[in-house]
Amino acid sequence: MSTTTTDLQDEIDEIEGSHDSHDDHHHGPEKGLMRWVKTTNHKDIGTLYIWFAFSMLLIGGAMAMVIRAELFMPGIQLVDPNFFNQMTTLHGLIMVFGAIMPAFVGLANWQIPLMIGAKDMALPRMNNWSFWILPFAGMMLISTLFMEGGGPAFGWTFYAPLSTTFAPDSTDFFIFAVHMLGFSSIMGAINVIATIMNMRAPDMKYMDMPLFVWTWLITAFLLIAAMPVLAGAVTMMLTDRNFGTSFFDAAGGGDPVMFQHIFWFFGHPEVYIMILPAFGVVSQIIPTFARKPLFGYSSMVYATASIALLSFVVWAHHMFLTGMPIAGQLYFMYATIMISVPTGVKVFNWVTTMWRGSMTFETPMLWAVAFVILFTIGGFSGLMLGIAPADIQYHDTYFVVAHFHYVLVTGALFSIIAAVFYWLPKWCGNMYNERLAKIHFWWAVISVNVLFFPQHFLGLAGMPRRIPDYSLQFADFNMISSIGGFAFGASFILLTYIIVDCIRNGKPVKEDRVWDSAKGLEWTVATPAPYHTFDTPPSKKVILEESSHIGEH
Amino acid sequence: MPSKSTFNDLSYFMKLTTIVNSFLNKIKNISNLYLLPLFFTPQLAFAEFGLNLTEGVTSVSRDIYGLHMLIFWVCVGIAVVVFGVMIWSMVFHRKSKGAKASNFHESTAIELVWTLVPLAILVAIAFPATRVLIDLENTDEADMTVKITGYQWKWQYEYIGQDVSFFSNLTDVQKKATNDSATREGMKHYLLEVDNHLVLPVGKRIRFLMTSNDVIHSWWVRDLGVKQDANPGFINDAWANIDEPGIYRGQCAELCGKDHGFMPIVVEAKSEADYQIWLGEQKEKQKALAAASGKEWSKEDLMAQGQKVYSTNCASCHGVTGGGIPGVFPAMTGSPITTGDVNAHIDIVLNGKAGTAMQAFGKQLSDSDLAAVITYERNALGNSVGDIVQPSSIKSAR
Repeated sequence: MSTTTTDLQDEIDEIEGSHDSHDDHHHGPEKGLMRWVKTTNHKDIGTLYIWFAFSMLLIGGAMAMVIRAELFMPGIQLVDPNFFNQMTTLHGLIMVFGAIMPAFVGLANWQIPLMIGAKDMALPRMNNWSFWILPFAGMMLISTLFMEGGGPAFGWTFYAPLSTTFAPDSTDFFIFAVHMLGFSSIMGAINVIATIMNMRAPDMKYMDMPLFVWTWLITAFLLIAAMPVLAGAVTMMLTDRNFGTSFFDAAGGGDPVMFQHIFWFFGHPEVYIMILPAFGVVSQIIPTFARKPLFGYSSMVYATASIALLSFVVWAHHMFLTGMPIAGQLYFMYATIMISVPTGVKVFNWVTTMWRGSMTFETPMLWAVAFVILFTIGGFSGLMLGIAPADIQYHDTYFVVAHFHYVLVTGALFSIIAAVFYWLPKWCGNMYNERLAKIHFWWAVISVNVLFFPQHFLGLAGMPRRIPDYSLQFADFNMISSIGGFAFGASFILLTYIIVDCIRNGKPVKEDRVWDSAKGLEWTVATPAPYHTFDTPPSKKVILEESSHIGEH
Repeated sequence: MPSKSTFNDLSYFMKLTTIVNSFLNKIKNISNLYLLPLFFTPQLAFAEFGLNLTEGVTSVSRDIYGLHMLIFWVCVGIAVVVFGVMIWSMVFHRKSKGAKASNFHESTAIELVWTLVPLAILVAIAFPATRVLIDLENTDEADMTVKITGYQWKWQYEYIGQDVSFFSNLTDVQKKATNDSATREGMKHYLLEVDNHLVLPVGKRIRFLMTSNDVIHSWWVRDLGVKQDANPGFINDAWANIDEPGIYRGQCAELCGKDHGFMPIVVEAKSEADYQIWLGEQKEKQKALAAASGKEWSKEDLMAQGQKVYSTNCASCHGVTGGGIPGVFPAMTGSPITTGDVNAHIDIVLNGKAGTAMQAFGKQLSDSDLAAVITYERNALGNSVGDIVQPSSIKSAR
């Protein structure tokens, strides 16, 4: 209570100009555990989000290890098929809703106010709420594993009627968890939009904003449009399961394919929710280490916006085999492959930013470069999957598994790791161990390719996804893939050490501008970033100097 | 824009040529052995190794294969250019080599080029893709029709107009091999062998109708170029005209529950003459089955037959020993149904239980098989009710 009143008093004081007369604990965080429970500070909440995402990443990763261990050899060795399905389902749900999305919201919390010269997020109390919903939703989701009948075992896409009539009782807990995750995401998105629109430094125009801020602004609109659709889908599931409706049951006049339409109307924008902020991160990092302004800033903004718009009109390319009329298939094929145009523009812009730069390859840059190459490979397989007739052979095989892990692991996750290495010195004031971080990078980047590249071959050779056991001709590549999987999984132990070591024992960074050629308002505040920043907004001159996309003419 | 100096600097170019050449020589040895045959002659030695799609045995599967290779090479081409430029700049434009950063950061002309060129490539791909799609969606003028129904976890095949219909299950030997590596190693088609093949004639235009009894399944045979979802309550279609006799294997491709990985598909393509012989045999078989349902059975025979029927149809949910899966599938042992009123037992096996995974086996099994399995469930799996059920009581209960 006391903090709230004090904060309020501070605000009043500031408005009244009597701030100087009053010097209590205003600039420091509260002590102890309650600091984290009650915090409304964007940096604290950002930290909470990122640690939450990291622990979810480890839990989801452990499930992936169970999956790869079972698939190491033909035969049923470790887990029964029903539990295997629970693992694939929860692995997907936890990674999407527990790891990747919260990690990006965490980055947004830390960075957006710092990058637009704002004091904090626009809605700090809602910010606290939207974070603190997450651990409960996550725990509820995981607790289903311990319920009678086991957790959800119908895949992260939870197609009806497998997820309605034929699902275990714990599905109702899953539905509630998804609702809560949705609340959290929507509140986070509203906060991002309100912050960017209202809290920018008065002299910062939209086209002065760093690309990370731009991509997040667009992502937030995607979230607000897509998450309620997901909520609708799970609510219909809930009433189908418990209240006698037949939205997805043909016997009552419903249609199971309608579930897929609703799900993917959320699901396709969702995959861009997970990749657009990644584009933003990479667009910050590459210019820094190429020592050159980002090429084609405005085309990057327009490309991001057109990807976001297109993402709403391509959903049924996940459904080419559901018996769609041919006109539908043709339309969704054309619309889908169109997305590769703006996506290509982005890749070309990054490559051109590197061209004739003066490059160094510190750890964040290594991850960003790996992102560009490996995400592009995922983009190629995406283009192949978009060709409706070819999709007949790819659909629901390991080719798809390879594709979306290339865009989500070596895409989204790599960009998050890049972002953490890039901004961590600013956050905690210490430099990470560059040598260890480079060893970790090469370890992870090699093992992740050993893990996912052979899955292209498995899919083309005919191995369906979501199977606990397979025919003998798939044995070799599965074993290689599992070995890569274990190695990639183990790399996160080293990553944990590097991060903790940096925070606790890292060499303190003296410069405000941690990377000599980095531009952006976040590099104008002290290192480590003080608890409160930008009490006074940056001047127009500073904003223009720090616009990474404006070159030195 | 890049300044002229880079392009005019021959030493850069020479250096790159040497690097690229030595690199190419290195990978040449490997690729001669391994990579190139993979893409140029996929149906030869390397097909067994399973790296790429195969051409298959229908015009549709060949078209899809052609399309696949076309997009693949387009992607390879773009990758070579994009990654080439990227690797070039990473090698030569680094600070440690004294590279000074340029400051160019905008060019509307270039942006236009790399918007329009990819667009043109996409349009070029869209034409053949559209042609193939229109062809494979046209299921008219079929010579024969097979209706395929997905069940948890087996397929039913009905030859429309022929009075031939049967189920196709993963064989028991295969099911047991999931826990037994020795048997597995000796098997030629582990997890890909079924008790009843879907036998089809070559050189006929066959229309498939797909539907499902419970959840969504997807019928996929790669060599036929057919994958189509089987949705409960709706019918989808696809077609194939198989070129050559042979055995073609596939699997269910849509997650359909616990045993999704254990409902393979085996298509056996025969010459028209052999197919007709097979069809005749099937009709005889169905008559014999009907006759079996007409007679009285001894308890021993019922129990023996019942065990077979149980292990094929019931064991995947209710467990080989009748234990079920708590919270998902009820146990057989000591259950009020298997130890209670026989008529209630017959009713649930015949008609299933709405809103659950319990199927209506009345549509799937003959009177004698139903009588056998119900007798078995009441007198084995830890139960000993002692009564027996005759096919005649099933008939009257229908």
